[in-house]
Amino acid sequence: MSEGNGKDVRLMKGNEAFAEAAIRAGMDAYFGYPITPQSEALEYLTREIPKRQGVVVQAESEVAAINMIYGAAGAGARVMTSSSSPGVSLMQEGISYIASAELPCLLVNINRGGPGLGTIQPSQGDYFQSTRGGGHGDYRTPVLAPATVQEMVDFVFEGFRIAEEYRTPTLILADGALGQMMERVELPPEGSLPHEIPSWATTGKTPDRESNVITSLFIEPEKMEKVNEKLQEKYRSMEKEITFEAENVEDADIVVVAYGLSSRISQKAMHMAREKGIRVGSFRPKTLYPFPYEALGKLAETAKSFLVVEMNAGQMVEDVKLAVNGKRPVGFKGRMGGMIPDPDEILAAIENIDN
Amino acid sequence: MSLNEEIVIAGFGGQGVLSMGQTLAYAAMLDGKEVSWMPSYGPEMRGGTANCNVIVSDERISSPIVSTFDTAIVLNQPSLEKFETAVKPGGLLLYEASTIVNKPTREDIDVVEIGAAKEAQKLEKKQVANMVMLGAYLCKKPIVNVGLVMDALRKALPERHHKLLPINEQALERGKALANGGG
Repeated sequence: MSEGNGKDVRLMKGNEAFAEAAIRAGMDAYFGYPITPQSEALEYLTREIPKRQGVVVQAESEVAAINMIYGAAGAGARVMTSSSSPGVSLMQEGISYIASAELPCLLVNINRGGPGLGTIQPSQGDYFQSTRGGGHGDYRTPVLAPATVQEMVDFVFEGFRIAEEYRTPTLILADGALGQMMERVELPPEGSLPHEIPSWATTGKTPDRESNVITSLFIEPEKMEKVNEKLQEKYRSMEKEITFEAENVEDADIVVVAYGLSSRISQKAMHMAREKGIRVGSFRPKTLYPFPYEALGKLAETAKSFLVVEMNAGQMVEDVKLAVNGKRPVGFKGRMGGMIPDPDEILAAIENIDN
Repeated sequence: MSLNEEIVIAGFGGQGVLSMGQTLAYAAMLDGKEVSWMPSYGPEMRGGTANCNVIVSDERISSPIVSTFDTAIVLNQPSLEKFETAVKPGGLLLYEASTIVNKPTREDIDVVEIGAAKEAQKLEKKQVANMVMLGAYLCKKPIVNVGLVMDALRKALPERHHKLLPINEQALERGKALANGGG
């Protein structure tokens, strides 16, 4: 399927693209359980992995899958799981354990509408769960938010790198539309992400070293506090991983802040507003945790107001307000429960802002 | 003028609306265009209506979801009722003759009736009705040439189905002829 210039270019669904990317990134094992709208990932891996490399297991539940991830990550394997909102909720206990035990793994949430069993349509309702830790205890997970099928691929490589560099579960937060839609993707070559078995992995004790112990249980509070301090220091050091995309912000009166699918719809609304002579810019965080507070804070010096667009009741808007710190008004436009805003209604929200 | 064509293709599940959209998107991608293909997914696909949005553009595609379309290709009555009003003024509406009882009424758009199912029956392969329709569309809006559509099919179809390529090509050509007022 190459374009004749040596590049491997395909028209792929987001779910299949991130699955293919994981194989190319040298994933050793995938453990998962099917759920719409991300089921194509497990289906694709079940078809491809036996022909290529690695292990794929359809676990008996999401709870089992995340604990298989915990075990395999402890043994130094490069591991990934994916699910959609209700399934990701089931995994939260395990993710908390993995964060505490400081193990790397990649998680993909193809967000659907909730709460509860909800709907299978796309949503961004899991922003809080994703960026605030999700499970119990003081932990965070780096969160990457792709807006294109190409980024679904690129962020798999980036996600494994971050997970392993910081020894932390790392999350790709997309939505049902990004999982289901097809776009042009350029696939990186297989084996282009180096991987060695880390020295802390439980690979069997040898006489030349002490036992490696992987645990999330630290009964003595003095020790537990030390673990927490180390985690917090680690999270602070992740700030250099912050990425975002800003467009037309230099002269913008209004900056629309959105991520993932809603950022693309907002960009369309921005172009429509520009045609009407309204100076609108767009700001898209690619990392939702750590969040680009500083960059947005700087924009508050030039822009007159902000509009946050999300497919939820207003979650990231809280982070934008923290970034803007009361200097400018921050408005919100959202749709919920699997409904997707269209560019016209975002344009109407822009036009309603009284600068 | 730079190309930005926003299309909805809609019908019953099984009429090939999703694969028609994929084939078009693939062909346009081979032509170096920016493309997106967004299916409706969910319970409405099981027996009800299925549709996909295809965008073909010279520019980077911002929103893959749009509410009005340059072209609607509708293969059943519920889809006509849903999408006739969503065609932009001056746009194109192609519809399947055999399934539409209540005809479209808009006069500010180009409305073209295509007997794709009948034509596919003449070819003794009812599954290629979608390719007849695609051929008709490409006659009205030649955004990608039929040769590239064939390249896309060659790449998208597993090798064991390559014996069906000639009949798909015939279907595309018949569709073109129908839209030209011939056939």
